[in-house]
Amino acid sequence: MTALLEVRDLKVRYRGRGGLGDWLRRRPPPWVHAVNGVDLDIEPGEIVGLVGESGCGKSSLGRALLRLTPTSGGSLRFGGQDLMGLEGEALMRFRRRAQMVFQDPLASLNPRRTVSETLSEVLRVHRLCPEPQIRVRVLELMDRVGLAASLADRSSRSLSGGQCQRVGIARALAMGADFIVADEPVSALDVSIQAQILNLLVRLQRERNLTILFISHDLGVIRYLCRRVVVMYLGCVVEEGPVEAVFARPQHPYTQSLIDAIPRMAPDARLGASALTGEPPSPQARPAGCAFHPRCPRVMPQCRTGEPPPPRTTDGRRVWCHLYAEPVAPEGPRAGDPPAYQQSTIEMASD
Amino acid sequence: MALLEVRNLSVEFATPAGRLKAVDDVSFAIGEGEVMGLVGESGSGKTVACRAMLHLLPPGRKRSVAGEAVFEGRNLMAMNDAELREVHGRKIGMIFQNPSSHLDPLMTVGGQVAEPLIYHEGLTRKDARSRAVELLRQVGIPDPARAVDAYPHQLSGGMRQRVMIASAVACRPKLLVADEPTTALDVTVQTQILRLLLELRDKTGLAIVLITHDLAVIASTCDSVAVMYAGRIMERAPKPELVARPRHPYTMGLIRSQPSRAVPGRELPSIEGQLPAPGDLPTGCRFHPRCAFAAERCRRPPVDLEAAGPEHVTACLRWREIGQAA
Repeated sequence: MTALLEVRDLKVRYRGRGGLGDWLRRRPPPWVHAVNGVDLDIEPGEIVGLVGESGCGKSSLGRALLRLTPTSGGSLRFGGQDLMGLEGEALMRFRRRAQMVFQDPLASLNPRRTVSETLSEVLRVHRLCPEPQIRVRVLELMDRVGLAASLADRSSRSLSGGQCQRVGIARALAMGADFIVADEPVSALDVSIQAQILNLLVRLQRERNLTILFISHDLGVIRYLCRRVVVMYLGCVVEEGPVEAVFARPQHPYTQSLIDAIPRMAPDARLGASALTGEPPSPQARPAGCAFHPRCPRVMPQCRTGEPPPPRTTDGRRVWCHLYAEPVAPEGPRAGDPPAYQQSTIEMASD
Repeated sequence: MALLEVRNLSVEFATPAGRLKAVDDVSFAIGEGEVMGLVGESGSGKTVACRAMLHLLPPGRKRSVAGEAVFEGRNLMAMNDAELREVHGRKIGMIFQNPSSHLDPLMTVGGQVAEPLIYHEGLTRKDARSRAVELLRQVGIPDPARAVDAYPHQLSGGMRQRVMIASAVACRPKLLVADEPTTALDVTVQTQILRLLLELRDKTGLAIVLITHDLAVIASTCDSVAVMYAGRIMERAPKPELVARPRHPYTMGLIRSQPSRAVPGRELPSIEGQLPAPGDLPTGCRFHPRCAFAAERCRRPPVDLEAAGPEHVTACLRWREIGQAA
């Protein structure tokens, strides 16, 4: 199967916050590399989970895929078409196929507009529906996302969080989108409502063969909803693979500690044993070598200096980590080199 | 004897739209060294209940508070401001979801940790400062001798939460009220903070009321749990009992709708409908419009808590009929 979306070496950078020194010397603040060379394929009809801690670049990546934020390098192809140069009418056509659902359902809707106004505007702007049929189409969309027709003339402000999120999903569907980036769509919702929205996404995915990139920090939700999971740390993908395999046998030490940190629902549940020490560093001060090495419980000398080697794909899984590097044939030993990839070189991180 | 016993606590707000009952006849107790979870969704009254008993409701709003909160034999609700000042920070500490809005941005971290020591224990600035360094070390802040002079904005969210904890436990209180302390934090940091709270309990015998919307956090940390919905307690039980044998359809629904427990590919059991608006609460059992087991008598008052086992109470009128089959 060919991928619906092909991402190669994608980079997104922003201007960071400069210090007084930058200001005095009239030099622009330093770059912050939010997404630092990501490769990703998404196949049609797939729900892919994108997980990572705050500041890891998962939202930046999601927005860059939809051309909502400028990229600074790499390539993006959607259905075989290069997205990087799209402008004007062609970009509009792409937007009809690829839409975003946001985390804060209240902030992403105009509070004074009614549900019907919000949805019909989309249909008008993209000229998707002749004027007399708009109302019918709006009610049809509302029905599809489980909103009662009686809510059509209520303002967004008077809706609950769950209802607003349904409007957000209906708005994405109004375009007939077949690819949706959902950025933490259930994080702001109450537990009992969260399950309703997840069920809606699953149903829509089945009915319309939607492709969804589901961004979340909640691994429990990802395990339930997604077929494949991509784990990001400080702008880079560290592990990706089928959900069952990754959750059963996480390979990257970061994935291992993330999965260990999921609070469990059981009568005898305890806190996970091997929590990470420290916190994710700011992307403005990315550590050298493997970005995870200062927090890694299995850090080795080569992690501090060298980028993780390009991964091999085994059973659809890829791991960017020195631990899983193939021992390279030595080009002849150089003095001072640490003995490569021996068990004895694994150090335990000091607490 | 319980360290804190809350009896029949009710809080009503007067608003232009009428009287809103945010907390309705809530009772619970917590023993020394116990960690009690207070779980509920938004608007369930969990935060208002705890703030009301500590006299920490936002000023200016018209309200009436009724009931008792007996702490070490004295009723907090009947205390005047001077008496309360002796309790706050010294006997009862409190931490909140958003440390940035509860720390003074213009005061060093050390100053904020030292303040209760100077105020309550009469320490000199110098002694308080060295105690502050020690406290920052205890809550896991790296390089505490330097961090003591930092300002809150120089620290990350997880570190600020640690500072707030250090300040709250500086005078070795008996009780810590923690209102969604990890909701704004990443999962790995959440585990660190929860572990820190449990360590403090083990070392100092601190009792903790943990307010959260996340039942899974409660399941892995608490000794006992009270489940709130629309201002009322729905169920109260020791944690293993509550998770293994919930006796209220709302608790059952919350447990089953946890995605981490669900089978991928199968529909996630959800609780249908919306949370009730505080001004328009259903009569009888507040949960009945969303309950799959609602019967005629659930629509009418009274709905009282009933014993469903040792230390286990439920507000469900039909818990016997529903049983485990549900």
